[in-house]
Amino acid sequence: MTDTSYPEIARNGLWNNNPALVQLLGLCPLLAVTTTFINGLGLGIATTLTLIISNSVVSAIRKLVRPEVRIPVFVLVIASTVTVIEISMNAWFHDLYLILGIFIPLIVTNCSIIGRAEAFASKNRLRAAFTDGLAMGLGFTAVLVTLGALREIIGKGTLFAQAHLMFGEFAANWSLTLVEDYRGFLLAVLPPGAFIGLGLIIAVKNIIDQRRARRPVHAVAGEAATA
Amino acid sequence: MTETMEFRTYSSPHLSGPSHVGRLMRGVMLAAVPGLLMAWWFFGWGVLINLMLALATCIGAEAAMLRLRRRPVRATLADGSAALTALLLALTLPPFAPWWIPVIGGLFAIVIAKQLYGGLGYNPFNPAMVGYVVLLISFPREMTLWAPPQALAEVQLSLVDTLAWSLLGTLPAGTGVDAISMATPLDTIKTQLGLGLTLTEIQADPRFGDIGGYGWEWVNLGFLLGGGWLLYRGTIQWQIPAGVLGGLFVMALLFYAVDSDTYASPLFHLFSGAAMLGAFFIATDPVSASTTPRGRLLYGAGIGILIYIIRAWGGYPDGVAFAVLLMNMAVPTIDYYTQPRVYGQERK
Repeated sequence: MTDTSYPEIARNGLWNNNPALVQLLGLCPLLAVTTTFINGLGLGIATTLTLIISNSVVSAIRKLVRPEVRIPVFVLVIASTVTVIEISMNAWFHDLYLILGIFIPLIVTNCSIIGRAEAFASKNRLRAAFTDGLAMGLGFTAVLVTLGALREIIGKGTLFAQAHLMFGEFAANWSLTLVEDYRGFLLAVLPPGAFIGLGLIIAVKNIIDQRRARRPVHAVAGEAATA
Repeated sequence: MTETMEFRTYSSPHLSGPSHVGRLMRGVMLAAVPGLLMAWWFFGWGVLINLMLALATCIGAEAAMLRLRRRPVRATLADGSAALTALLLALTLPPFAPWWIPVIGGLFAIVIAKQLYGGLGYNPFNPAMVGYVVLLISFPREMTLWAPPQALAEVQLSLVDTLAWSLLGTLPAGTGVDAISMATPLDTIKTQLGLGLTLTEIQADPRFGDIGGYGWEWVNLGFLLGGGWLLYRGTIQWQIPAGVLGGLFVMALLFYAVDSDTYASPLFHLFSGAAMLGAFFIATDPVSASTTPRGRLLYGAGIGILIYIIRAWGGYPDGVAFAVLLMNMAVPTIDYYTQPRVYGQERK
């Protein structure tokens, strides 16, 4: 693990070992919060920051912590990080903080964070751990944002609604109404919509992976046929 | 001629049954015709328009999904299971629904609830009821706009008028949406009880008819007739309908005996809403229902009791769809604990 290359780490976090699509970790906030694009982005950034900081700290102290007590120590690190992020969000993005509510403090219990601390950060150098946190966080954010956009478009017919919560007043008119007079498709906004949507996204990822895996085989078979 | 003498022997069993899936499904569809005709007679052309739209959507979606899944399209479509799903879905929809209601319901039923789980035989939930529930929780306004029975309606829409309403959302001049909608008997009871009226006062309204609501009692009778024919032919076993109707009847009788001003009579419950359709046609879906004799009885009784609970105290006027889906979830457990004893096996 120690000699993993940076492109490899990035590929793992964003695609091959994506926390939401492959590891299926942290699904509770993922499913609960992604009712809109902006909500998904907010939680995604908060989770990414937590991952980067906790991964870096865990990697930095990995030689000081005795293996017997490592899990409680990781939990302490993650909890402190989340507390700092929660208080900062409360101060600077108060309205978004109110919408995301309990799911910001609950980042502590997001399994993918302690999973990365245990599986990667505690065994790798600081820079690799930092990169891994960033890649995993971005991979998670990408899924949150995709699912959020999907549910917002189908459920409400809009996109980027309430962008001012995140980007300040100049983003107040970013909201796109994609379908005029849309009646709303309530199922997409309700929890079942999140499960169905995530299932479909995972299915699409698997289809892409299968197509990719099949391609070299076809090439070989083609050569064999012409030979 | 010795060489032409043949003595053919076959191994047992010797009876070849003429039943296969297609025949079974077509039998069930045929059995639903009396109820369908009654619904058409009392609630107008919308019933048949819903049916046509649902049929087209379900069969189209089934064919598309089978192609995507690289399964035989023609042979699978011939089993009629998609058409039956469409029929059951259409029978539960409000007669004056806009065109996209049966279309979205049919798509969800076939694509999500049936084919994504692996097609006929693999779906844990009743596809038609999944489609119905998706529609009910997503579009409450359209789904509760129920039509009045024709004789009680202020205006009677012709086939062309109903088509225009379904496809374009336009009504003949001078007609409002109120003129083509009326709360169902079950819905009326729910809202009027909330206003503090007693059942005797509520049921004086002409829409309550003789037993289960004007029009509704005949629709239910139609499905009872079809269900009886299915029982006679052996297409369905008696345990599930008996369980559903028994559970509903016993619950209704208990509460009716305690307080007949708040709780409607058992007969009203049996002949109102989707009781008969649910008991004979929906709960008996061979794929998503329990498969053991005792299990079927339990499964049916659970549905009957849940229907009563949702009708009496739930947020929705009728609860057949929710009851069926909830009991679908319980089927693996029920089947596990009710496996019949194999002959010779020790009793535990």
